[in-house]
Amino acid sequence: MSHLLEVKNLNVKFALRFGELTAIDGVSFTLDKGEKLGLVGESGAGKSVTGFAIINLISKPGYIADGQVLFDGQQLTTLDEDALRRIRGDRISMIFQDPMMTLNPVLTVGAQMIETLKAHQRLTNRQAREIALETLQKVRIPSPEKRLNQYPHEFSGGMRQRIVIAIALITNPALIIADEPTTALDVTIQAEIMDLLQALCASEKMGLILITHDLGVVSQVTEKIAVMYAGKIVESGPTVDIITTPRHPYTQGLINALPGSRQPGETLSQIPGMMPTLTDIPPGCAFHPRCNFKTLVCEMEVPLLMSRFDRARSVACHIKDN
Amino acid sequence: MFAFIVRRITQAVLVMLVISLIGFAIKNRIGDPVRDLVGERVTPAERAEMREKLGLNDPFLIQYGRFVKNALRGDLGLSFFHKKPAVAVILSKAPATLELVFAAALIIIVISLPVGMFTAIYPRNWFSRFTLSFSTLGVSIPVFLTAIMLIYVFSVELNWLPSYGRGEMVNIGGWQSGLLTLDGLKHLVLPSFSLASIMLPLFIRLIRSEMMEVLETEYIKFAWAKGLSRRRIFLVHAFKNTLLPVITVFGVQIGIMFAFTILTETVFQWQGMGFMFLEAVERSDISLLVAYLVFVGVIFVVVNTVVDLVYGLINPTIRIAGRK
Amino acid sequence: MFRRFKDSYLFYSFKQDKTAILSFAILMLLLVLGSLAPVIAPFDPYDPNSIDIMNAELPPAWAGEGEAQFWLGTDIQGRDLLSTILYGLRLSILIGLGAVGLQALLGILVGLAAGYLGGKTDAVLMRMADIQLSFPYLMVAIFISAIFQVVFGIGRYEQLAVPLLIVIIGLAEWPVYARTVRASVLGEKKKEYVEAARVIGLNRRLIMFRHVLPNSLTAVMVISTIQVANAVMSEAALSFLGLGMPITKPSLGALIKSGFEYIFSGSWWITLFPGVLLVLLVLVINLLGDWLRDVLNPKLYKG
Repeated sequence: MSHLLEVKNLNVKFALRFGELTAIDGVSFTLDKGEKLGLVGESGAGKSVTGFAIINLISKPGYIADGQVLFDGQQLTTLDEDALRRIRGDRISMIFQDPMMTLNPVLTVGAQMIETLKAHQRLTNRQAREIALETLQKVRIPSPEKRLNQYPHEFSGGMRQRIVIAIALITNPALIIADEPTTALDVTIQAEIMDLLQALCASEKMGLILITHDLGVVSQVTEKIAVMYAGKIVESGPTVDIITTPRHPYTQGLINALPGSRQPGETLSQIPGMMPTLTDIPPGCAFHPRCNFKTLVCEMEVPLLMSRFDRARSVACHIKDN
Repeated sequence: MFAFIVRRITQAVLVMLVISLIGFAIKNRIGDPVRDLVGERVTPAERAEMREKLGLNDPFLIQYGRFVKNALRGDLGLSFFHKKPAVAVILSKAPATLELVFAAALIIIVISLPVGMFTAIYPRNWFSRFTLSFSTLGVSIPVFLTAIMLIYVFSVELNWLPSYGRGEMVNIGGWQSGLLTLDGLKHLVLPSFSLASIMLPLFIRLIRSEMMEVLETEYIKFAWAKGLSRRRIFLVHAFKNTLLPVITVFGVQIGIMFAFTILTETVFQWQGMGFMFLEAVERSDISLLVAYLVFVGVIFVVVNTVVDLVYGLINPTIRIAGRK
Repeated sequence: MFRRFKDSYLFYSFKQDKTAILSFAILMLLLVLGSLAPVIAPFDPYDPNSIDIMNAELPPAWAGEGEAQFWLGTDIQGRDLLSTILYGLRLSILIGLGAVGLQALLGILVGLAAGYLGGKTDAVLMRMADIQLSFPYLMVAIFISAIFQVVFGIGRYEQLAVPLLIVIIGLAEWPVYARTVRASVLGEKKKEYVEAARVIGLNRRLIMFRHVLPNSLTAVMVISTIQVANAVMSEAALSFLGLGMPITKPSLGALIKSGFEYIFSGSWWITLFPGVLLVLLVLVINLLGDWLRDVLNPKLYKG
């Protein structure tokens, strides 16, 4: 029984002038067909880099130092550029954070949709246009014929994100990696876009990796969650379990910071301090300076991600019994 | 938008007024229209009479008003040396300069676009490194030195290309063109490459930095994630976005090239406006000098205004949408 | 404290950069050669007694017909080329520095006035700068020198060439300084220490000169290097056009011009040697300018 995606011990480093920085440190997870995984953490935790590393699209000083990405049994990290190109945008699509920046301002929306199709399939312009129209209908854009010939600046932010989703969908991918797809949008539109994404994943049977800092969004959409901190996964498991019984102090902190976690009138708790930058990750458990439960061992030894309590859950923490 | 156009045109008119005022002041202070008309062999009494008749004793502002009125009708006085209206002299020299600038612009486009893009896409390639260090050297070589070196190599030593004049020309409705004969084109090679040489390093760097900036954008990253071919990403997505700012700079730089035509035309004895200007200085031909000033002023103001207007039209819709 | 840190940082980056060190060394060498020209030059090119027309157009010493006493050969008037070049270098540097000094003085005064006083003063001054900047500086310089030449007459113009060229190139490029200084003054003005100086009752002019100006100097320093290169180029161009130094007192540009007329007869050295020296001078200044810009302005990272 094989998974749709299996990431094993992924290491991403950035080669800088003064030395190397480890951005992703031994990240592993799996995703089955049609399954939805949430990658959660503060900004700088390495969520986005993980997303880009899956399709081997890390910008320049960064590179995959170690590990495997098995997609449908195929090892992506060692694949040549042309084979990768054929997978990107076809079997694995991405949705970026800011729809204002994602679309090329000087090309029509139609051109940007059709070029994606034609990069992966042998189609006439007419056939490609038909598919583009259908896809625009799927993402519920009104009067698609007219919209196809318009430029991105003629669309609102929410509409543009629908188009980005349409471009991601247009080749019927097996997996969509959505990197903070609603962060740049108005609150009212966020929910619409999330609903749309969720509905489409269900109807098209696509796997989804939802990268976000918002535990609230993830809890409503995905079946599994992996929490990242300073380049490592610190806790992973089924969404329901993690939300109801978080084990890692960091996950607990994130959940306590959610508005829904407290009674009205109570103040929200905050995790003290800031996440370390990649240049000065503390020794031992990277979270220990901010942790209320830290012991001496936390300052010395790096905790390993291990299954505890039940097989589906893993936690990387020295405090065994919380 | 309308307000922007009005403001820009008002500014252009203002600049033209300033230039015409400077031009007129020069003419009024140091020029001698009597000499322009009849030469130097006249008695003082005759001179005084002519001055009165020509209105040269009127108040400054009245004379200036007359100057502007005449200028608007295309009359900028008589050239003392050529014994012809100054505007007519300039117009007869303009084709040579325009053809030179046109050829240089063409060379710049044909070389700087591919080279600039290549150095942006492959910054670590030896050719890119070489081009970049060479471009600093390039901006440090004065245009007349480039011209002399080209002449020494290709005319004196190799004897491949002519070093002065425009060669055989064809007259098309009063426009003396050297673009249509092989001889004329041969004569154009060295001057146009010399003229292009000053702007080339600048444009290669500009295209390179614009392209590098574009390649860092989210939409290019998205294009990679869509699985597009390198070809399409570089030649369609990145190229189109690079071109926009480059075109506007190009417009301004074409204007600046007119300044360098004076040097290039001097070296190659190219019978254009720049060559004519220097002759006018040597002969103290004030009317022609002032006419050249006004003429070049018009070219600059028109080019700058058009570039600004075009930029203003494109800017809000496309550029802001694509970048921060 | 801050200054010392900055100086040491500047020095540190300098030590790291081989191009900068080499450029600086060459520039220093050229400056020394130029300023000591009367001492080290074997002949005095301005002294008619030392010139013999019979020696005209001799090739360099190592070439077949060269003479050992004229190491780089002679020019068209029979002057020792090496000596003439050294004197020419001296003139080029003198005019370049003088012109930039004038530009900086004019530009800084206008920029300070515009930035600090604001309102109508600012609008008028900057509009003037804009109008001038919409024309290439070389064009402006050529025009001013053409008019000067007509007004003064060629004879007088040649006598006064050095101060006139300084004025011409100074007038042609002050707007660059004015704009830069104005921009940094506007930036500094908003900062708290200026406000504080005002609150404790310091007078406006004092704030301007004692507080705002020193903080605009980084920008001034960066453009100054590039401006010196530009001024040297402008001087060479004007002299080449016959609007600058006369052949009796040639700068590098004037020498190139005089050599150009004889290049068809094969006398390449009269053009080549001053040309190489001119390019070298401008190149090292440009390289130092690039380096300085990168070091002092980390935002403009050289990509």
